[in-house]
Amino acid sequence: MTRKRIATTSLAGCFGCHMSILDIDERFLALADLVEFDRSPIDDIKHISRRCDIGIIEGGCCNEENVETLREFRRNCNVLIALGDCATMGGIPALRNNIPLEQCLLEAYRDGPSVQNPSGLIPNHPELPLLLDKVYPCHEVVRIEYFLPGCPPSAETIWQALVALLEGRQADLPYELIKYD
Amino acid sequence: MTATSESRSPSVDPTLEEVVETIDRHGNERTSLMHVLRDIQERHRCVSPGAQSLVAEVMGIPRVEVEGFVSFYSFLSEEPWGDIVIRVCDDVPDRMRGFERVLSAFREAVGVEVGRTSADGITLTTTASIGLSDQAPAALVNDVPVTELSTDKVHRIVEALRSHRDPKKLVTLLGDGNNAHPLVRSMVKNNLMHPGPLIFSPVSRGQAIRRATRVSPAEVIRQVKAARLRGRGGAGFPTGMKWEFTRASLGERKFVICNADEGEPGTFKDRVILTERPDRVFSGMTVAGYAIGAQEGIVYLRAEYQYLRAYLEAVLAQRRSDGLLGRDIVGRPGFHFDIRIQMGAGAYVCGEETALIRSCEGRAGEPLNRPPFPAEHGFLGCPTSVNNVETYCCIAKILEEGAAAFNEYGTPESAGTKVLSISGDCLKPGIYEVAFGITLHTMLEMCGAEDARAVQVGGPSGSLVGPTDFHRRICFNDLPTGGSMIVFGPDRDLLSVVYAFAEFFADESCGYCTPCRVGTQLILRYLERLRAGRAEASDIEELRRTARTMKTTSRCGLGSTACNPVLTSMERFPELYAPVDDHPDAYRRSFDLPRAVAEAERLSGRTSRGEHVEQGYHA
Amino acid sequence: MPDTFTFLMDGRSVVATAGQSILEAAEAGGIYVPRLCHKPGLVPWGACRICTVRMNDRPCAACTQPAVPGSVVENDTEELRAYRRTLVEMLFVEGNHFCMLCEKSGNCELQALAYRLGVTAPRAPYFFQARDIDASHPDIILDRNRCIQCARCIRTSKDLDGKNVFGFLGRGTAKRIGVNARVRLRDTEVDLTDLSLDACPVGALLRKREGFRVPVGDRLYDLEPIGSDIERNSP
Repeated sequence: MTRKRIATTSLAGCFGCHMSILDIDERFLALADLVEFDRSPIDDIKHISRRCDIGIIEGGCCNEENVETLREFRRNCNVLIALGDCATMGGIPALRNNIPLEQCLLEAYRDGPSVQNPSGLIPNHPELPLLLDKVYPCHEVVRIEYFLPGCPPSAETIWQALVALLEGRQADLPYELIKYD
Repeated sequence: MTATSESRSPSVDPTLEEVVETIDRHGNERTSLMHVLRDIQERHRCVSPGAQSLVAEVMGIPRVEVEGFVSFYSFLSEEPWGDIVIRVCDDVPDRMRGFERVLSAFREAVGVEVGRTSADGITLTTTASIGLSDQAPAALVNDVPVTELSTDKVHRIVEALRSHRDPKKLVTLLGDGNNAHPLVRSMVKNNLMHPGPLIFSPVSRGQAIRRATRVSPAEVIRQVKAARLRGRGGAGFPTGMKWEFTRASLGERKFVICNADEGEPGTFKDRVILTERPDRVFSGMTVAGYAIGAQEGIVYLRAEYQYLRAYLEAVLAQRRSDGLLGRDIVGRPGFHFDIRIQMGAGAYVCGEETALIRSCEGRAGEPLNRPPFPAEHGFLGCPTSVNNVETYCCIAKILEEGAAAFNEYGTPESAGTKVLSISGDCLKPGIYEVAFGITLHTMLEMCGAEDARAVQVGGPSGSLVGPTDFHRRICFNDLPTGGSMIVFGPDRDLLSVVYAFAEFFADESCGYCTPCRVGTQLILRYLERLRAGRAEASDIEELRRTARTMKTTSRCGLGSTACNPVLTSMERFPELYAPVDDHPDAYRRSFDLPRAVAEAERLSGRTSRGEHVEQGYHA
Repeated sequence: MPDTFTFLMDGRSVVATAGQSILEAAEAGGIYVPRLCHKPGLVPWGACRICTVRMNDRPCAACTQPAVPGSVVENDTEELRAYRRTLVEMLFVEGNHFCMLCEKSGNCELQALAYRLGVTAPRAPYFFQARDIDASHPDIILDRNRCIQCARCIRTSKDLDGKNVFGFLGRGTAKRIGVNARVRLRDTEVDLTDLSLDACPVGALLRKREGFRVPVGDRLYDLEPIGSDIERNSP
């Protein structure tokens, strides 16, 4: 049996979901027998090299680069999994969603009580991707096949879902594993 | 004379003495709350937080309930408005006849955006249907309706208001019939295109009551049942049965309520009935009082028809002095009945009978759970019969001429006539009293709309039908209608009509139950995707799922019919809901990247990544 | 027993007394009808519509509909579960429900219902509407972002506490919980002994500094699905 190809990425997230992937502990060895990792922070491959069976997305889309990355995953993966609350509903970054963008920037770089920025400049380097008007859950940007909520989802959740998909089953979660916290 | 806004109007906060005086005038009871607050609103251009506190204290009502009341009704406001408030009617028939142009003209002439007040105290806003769809575009200037607006007319109106500041002086040409009555003096026209044999026939005052009181109440109810009368508000519940329940319910006090809150977009029949046949309406109510054993009647008059109030009060006064209201009516000892007018304050949901009752009780117009039904547990917990304006006319007519004469018109299941309010793309918009059972095709011929593409039957809560349904009959068991009939010509964009109705329901949902409160908002979002050419098949499916959930699970008729514009147009005009093809790479079509980055582009001065080399910018 | 009768729910015979709602009768018989705005001891409200059942094929809210002798009621059918999922999803997209930072997580009835109904993510677009927080009171917080307009605090304050601390303001999607003061909760007659403070099914009305007494993971609905207590009483 050929090993399935998996790619992972973290968009507007905190890498906590990736830490949770690592939390599968010794089962990671078993996973390594079943799959081959393509683009992922785990192996530091920067772009997807060839078509993948499964793409795992942590984080929602807060800027245009997130959108580009998510679309790259969508183009190159057969199945996408939104991993964690940020991917499924925007999560903590989406707390800004009912505040106008300009106000967010001013608070972050000029007016916030802990801000030390004598120049009063708001970062605007061309390397900085433009922010979106709000943080979008992944499924509002591309089609998503599976949602694993949680902040982060437990290692058990991730493991069971992956095993199900690798065995060609639907990744339906039992009651104990659907958690939003 | 020029006056500053300060000298024209008192401060936003009433004094305690003034609040006490206002409350004394209306009676210190919860049921007076609406009139107390309307008076304060009129005098101070708002019900300020301070005013709310005073009213709460003097009336002994929790302050949060007063605030809840003020924030529920569109015609009350916590923020001060100008002493002149222009409400431009934003309804589908108005949009079809140049609402956008008229609104722009108002914005230009008044010099403010919608929702704002000019420095010289003119507030510009929009409002839902004001019952003038046959003379659209129309607006209310304070209580005064101004009709058939053009951009020129708008400029003249605003200029005139700036010079004399008296909306009543805007009326130069009086309308026909009682619109010209000294107590009405309105430019509104009746457009009574087809007066029928029942509702608009001449009235012999007092006859219905005299005939009723000659027999027993049970016999009156028997006659109403024999006439097979069904409610004219739209739902079509058998009136006689409703009365029988109300009569049978135990209670020292019982109430007869007339629902004159016609708010269904496109309907205006009750306005014309109240203008031309108020005696017949009040007769019907008095007969109802006799039949169910009630001594108190209430006409719940929508705020938009305030301009008819003085006239209706005069008609009531005349009836009192003629012995047709009051004590020992028509000389029959022990038969006491009187009618008062209860004003509304701009909330469509109050057309729902239990919401209407709540509103009469001095509360936000949220519908009630049923059971119990009003016949058992209505106004103030007493047995109450709520019927439509037109239904009361039918009652009077049945008593005047007998059930058999009534049954000469209509079909076996739908006896009598129906008053239709026809508007939209037709040559002769206006009022048509027709026998139940006529086909839509006949109706369209009558009003001059043979080329119609579609008809909204019964307003947005009814159904949108196309030519394949024009052979169908207007009656309870085929195409029921409360009276609103909006005609759409061959070139109309029906999706924008559906969207306009969706906006209406989102504005008018009371917010009590989940499916209506959230569903009306979701429908708007999905329709926006559809109109932008961004709705995929899955979006259409979600739209359908949302609408069906509303239909099945909503608490009252508003919620369960708020999805009808979508569901009925999906059925009759599926081509409107053609989805865009899914993106070949499964990107969501509804995600609009240029729009999502537009604000960041504006703030940063960059158009896309890496184009401008800048180190930062000053906010 | 006097005045009792039976009706059929999902094929099971349920005993009811005159005037009892379908929901209460079912609950007494060990059948859970999912609900949010209903709370024993409060006047039935019929707002969330989660408890929608079909009685003799007609949809109605089980919390407000009196049981009818001999009627046939559907409760746990795929059709009704689908409506309930949609309604729960509606509440999630309408409010700002950030479970990951909410003290109520694990004890939240909305979240628990979503778990029980197997909702992994709502399909509808999120509204992300701005809503006010009232943290004026030293010991109580009112976070309208999480409010689902169930009126349990309003009813409890009025009917059980004999006060009127809370009430609805506005209409439509602008409907929100107001307090019985000109501006703030701290200016009301609210008291820490008020039952209303414990009436909220979500994390909209909370006592400050008590949120994490029980660790996440050990909370009510971490351990078993909502409704399990009722179903344990099944004969």
